[in-house]
Amino acid sequence: MYFNNIQELWAMAGHGPFVWAAYGITLATLLALLWVPLRTRQQQSRNLRAYYRRLNASATSLTDGEN
Amino acid sequence: MHPLRRQRLMIVLFIVMAAGLAVALLGYALRQNINLFYPPSAIAAGEAPVGRDIRAGGMVLEGSIQRAADSLDVSFIVTDYQANVPVTYTGILPDLFSEGEGVVVAGQLDDQGVFRASQVLAKHDENYMPPEVSDALEKARPEG
Amino acid sequence: MWGWFHKWSSPRWFYQLSGRLLPWLAVLTALTLVAGVAWGLLFVPPDYKQGNSFRIIYIHVPAAAVAMAGYMVMAVAGAISLIWRIKLADMVMKCCAPIGAALTFLALVTGAIWGKPTWGTWWVWDARITSVLVLFFLYVGVLALYEAFDNKEAAGRACAILALVGAVNIPVIYWSVEWWYSLHQPASISFTGESSIHPSMLRPLILTIIGFYSFFAVSLLLFVRNEILNRERNTRWVRELILADSKV
Repeated sequence: MYFNNIQELWAMAGHGPFVWAAYGITLATLLALLWVPLRTRQQQSRNLRAYYRRLNASATSLTDGEN
Repeated sequence: MHPLRRQRLMIVLFIVMAAGLAVALLGYALRQNINLFYPPSAIAAGEAPVGRDIRAGGMVLEGSIQRAADSLDVSFIVTDYQANVPVTYTGILPDLFSEGEGVVVAGQLDDQGVFRASQVLAKHDENYMPPEVSDALEKARPEG
Repeated sequence: MWGWFHKWSSPRWFYQLSGRLLPWLAVLTALTLVAGVAWGLLFVPPDYKQGNSFRIIYIHVPAAAVAMAGYMVMAVAGAISLIWRIKLADMVMKCCAPIGAALTFLALVTGAIWGKPTWGTWWVWDARITSVLVLFFLYVGVLALYEAFDNKEAAGRACAILALVGAVNIPVIYWSVEWWYSLHQPASISFTGESSIHPSMLRPLILTIIGFYSFFAVSLLLFVRNEILNRERNTRWVRELILADSKV
C-alpha cells in the first residue's frame, strides 16, 4: 500500500475530502442505478399478477407475441 | 432493402447531417466566443478588448513571479513564448500555480496593457506520473 | 443475416439471453471495479503535480467515457427503431436515458470536485465542460420527452429524433479540447500512440473503464428487461414467467 496507515489514507495529504466525496457520490449513484430497476421489477411483478387475475376473470386470451 | 425502410433511413441520415451542419455553422459563427481565453499573442496583436471582462491563458514565465512582502499582491508574466502579458493579482493562488506551468487568468486589460486579474486558475497538462518518475526525468535531462 | 436480425429483435429471445448473460456481467463488473478502485486509491503513487486529488481520475474518466458511449447506443437504437420499427430498439433507447443522465451527472460532479484543488475552481464555462452539460440536458430531455407523450409510439419517435439530433454533440465533446482554448486538458489515453499517463497509473484506469462499461451493460439490461415484461404483458410467456415467479 502507498499509505503508511489508515489516517494517512483518510487524509490523503489534504485531498481526502475531495477524493472521498467523489468516490462516495459515485458509489451512491451506481447503487441507485441497480436499486431502481430491481425495485421496479418487484413492483411490476405484483402489478402484473393482479392484472392477470383480472384478465382471467374476464376470460381474454393472450397472444404468442411478435417483434 | 424495403423502399419504405430505405426512405426512413434517408430521413435519419438527413436529420443527422442537418444537425451536424447547423452545429458546424454555429461553431463557426461563435468560434471566438467558444475559446475560454485569449493567448498572449492575440492580446499583443490588439484582438482582446480593453476594460471588459476577458480571460487570458498561457504559461507563467520563469522568473517572473513577484510577491509583495506585506500583502497578497502578486505579479507575473503570462507568455505563449511569442508575446508576454504582465498580470497583477491580489489573493490566494491555486496550489498548482508556479513558474513554467499553465495558467488562466480572468479579469480586465487596462490601457497600459497590464492584465488586472480577479481570478487565477491553474491549467495542467495531460501528463500524469509518479513523483519518482518525474524526478528521474528531471535528472536525465541534459544540462543547459 | 435477416434471420439473425429477426431473432435478436425478439423481446422474448432477448429476455432469455440477457438473463443468462447478467450473472457473468455482474461478476465482471464487481471484479474490475473493486480491483481498479482499490488499486487506484491504495497502491498507485500520487501524481507529481496534483498529488492525491488525481485519484479521482479512476471514476471521472470512466464515467465520462461511458456517458458518451451510452449516448451513441441510445442514438443508434433510436435510428434502428425509426427505420425498422423494432420494439426492442425503442426499449433500449428509452432505457439508456436514465443511466446516461446519471453517469453524465457523475462526470460533472467528480470533475467539479477534482477541479477545485487542481484548477482552483469548481466550475468554468469552457468548451469541454459546457458540452458535457449539454449532454446531460439531452439525456434529461429524452427522459422528459418520453413521459410527455401518452401515445408511446409517438413518444419513441420523438425521442429517437431528439437523440439523433443531439448526437452531433458527441464529436464536439470529444474534440472540444483540441478545437478551442479550454481549461480542461486534452486526453491522456491514446489508442494510436503512447499515452501521456504513466503505465503504473494507466493500468487501474483501464480496469475501471472496463468496469464502468460492464456496469452500464448490467444496468441497461435490468432496465430493458423490466420494459419487456411491461410491454409484452399480453403474451403467454410473460404471464407464465410472472406466475412462476410468484410461487417462489
